[in-house]
Amino acid sequence: MPAPTAEAVPERVPESVKRPTRPRREVIRRHSWLVRLTHWINALTIFIMVGSGLNIFNAHPRLYWGQAGADFDKPFLALHPWPDWLTIPGYMDLADARHWHFFFAWILVINGALYLAWSFASRHIQRNLWPTATDLRAIPSSIVDHIRLKHPTGEAAKRYNVLQRLAYLGLLLLVIGMVVTGLCMSPGFDSFAPWLLVILGGRQSARTLHFLFASAIVLFIVVHLVEVVLAGPFNEVRSMITGRYAVPREHD
Amino acid sequence: MTIITRRQALFTGLAGSGMLLTGCSKIFHADALTDSMSFQRVLAAAQGWTRVTQRLLLADGQMAREYKPSDISPHFKANGTYNPGGSDYNRQVDEGFVNWRLRIDGMVAHPLSLSVAELRRLPARSQITRHDCVEGWSAIGGWTGVPLALLLRAAGVRAGAKYAVFYCADNLDGDPDKGGEQSEGRYYESIGLVDAMHPQTIIAYDMNGKPLEVPHGAPLRLRVERQLGYKMAKYVQHIQLVSDFSHIGGGNGGYWEDNGYDWYAGI
Repeated sequence: MPAPTAEAVPERVPESVKRPTRPRREVIRRHSWLVRLTHWINALTIFIMVGSGLNIFNAHPRLYWGQAGADFDKPFLALHPWPDWLTIPGYMDLADARHWHFFFAWILVINGALYLAWSFASRHIQRNLWPTATDLRAIPSSIVDHIRLKHPTGEAAKRYNVLQRLAYLGLLLLVIGMVVTGLCMSPGFDSFAPWLLVILGGRQSARTLHFLFASAIVLFIVVHLVEVVLAGPFNEVRSMITGRYAVPREHD
Repeated sequence: MTIITRRQALFTGLAGSGMLLTGCSKIFHADALTDSMSFQRVLAAAQGWTRVTQRLLLADGQMAREYKPSDISPHFKANGTYNPGGSDYNRQVDEGFVNWRLRIDGMVAHPLSLSVAELRRLPARSQITRHDCVEGWSAIGGWTGVPLALLLRAAGVRAGAKYAVFYCADNLDGDPDKGGEQSEGRYYESIGLVDAMHPQTIIAYDMNGKPLEVPHGAPLRLRVERQLGYKMAKYVQHIQLVSDFSHIGGGNGGYWEDNGYDWYAGI
């Protein structure tokens, strides 16, 4: 597929004005079909989980630490209710928000389990996400590159850089943390695995961590989308839909 | 890439993510979907998956965690009805509930009618447990009462009985005088026999060592420790065993269930 920058040159432009012809950009297969499928299911699901989660949160917009916590107890964090336009549904409705949340929680878990099983079996996580020693040594320079909004080109662009690796691994941990803290708010599940609540510090601690992990995921999404736009939204989004990725040239 | 396009890119990215993260309802028409009965049926499927999974995980009758006396919340938040009111209930309060009766009937061999004093003479169970409200808060309280299993065995559960339905003296929507039986807006609840027979399921008369106070369901309330607070009916007057609850109230098994909440409240 021609890269978007391989423009046609108008016929009557004098020879001297013509831009130098450049080689076509190399196109590689970047994302496997399973990563692409689970990515988009996950994107939709997390979106709905955040919206319905904020609606559920609004039923009691205070967070506590420990087992118990209600109106008379000192909150860990007391917030105002989130505005309706942020929530699913777009009006205060705890019953319906729970229906959305718990349906898509199942989708999230099934989709996530599929991704994890495949990614370990195919060594996607071990090869593409787990940072190598060289990667770890490159953290300072990678931070500088990211601050200067400088994106890798050529061979370096064919693999995830170390901050990408750490961010994606961090996201995996956060989503697992969301599932665990979410389950720990269920009185039925707590009777099955009471030790999990002991580790988390209590049911209200689990609820607080659920909120904090969700906030970190939202922060990830914002940075992720900004990076997609900076790195070339057409090429990046295409690579996550078709799998094909045009490798940025040096000095581009 | 020039600085300008970087700024544009940053701006576009931020604005784009902002829009994505904020315009939820608008983009997905979530409100229209929420109103759609067929979409609700799809979402409701998850309730069944959760119930079946938790029934499997809890097949050995696992107990809800019990806490130490020092864990008891200094203020246990009351919710829903704070005082049923109405002439009947007010008279009962004035009399100290000496004329309160708990009737047990429906699909039982021997219907029972017990006073609070009679219940207090039966073997009791005390437990300090965490109460989780569907709204998100929790409080820890100590409860003493009669195991429901003991009452149901005494009444003799007939074959085919599947649910215990609890009728309460509070009318949350309508006329305080119309609490209890089949009036509009009355509070009622139902649980499956698995939960009804669980050792921690009790008809409580004491809270933190004292008779239940009015905001907490005086003189009798249900405790179902592995589910959310709205299952734990207060002001209980009548327990009925049934094979099906579709003919009761709005047909969904409880006051909050008729208002859209899930019947299985283990999550």
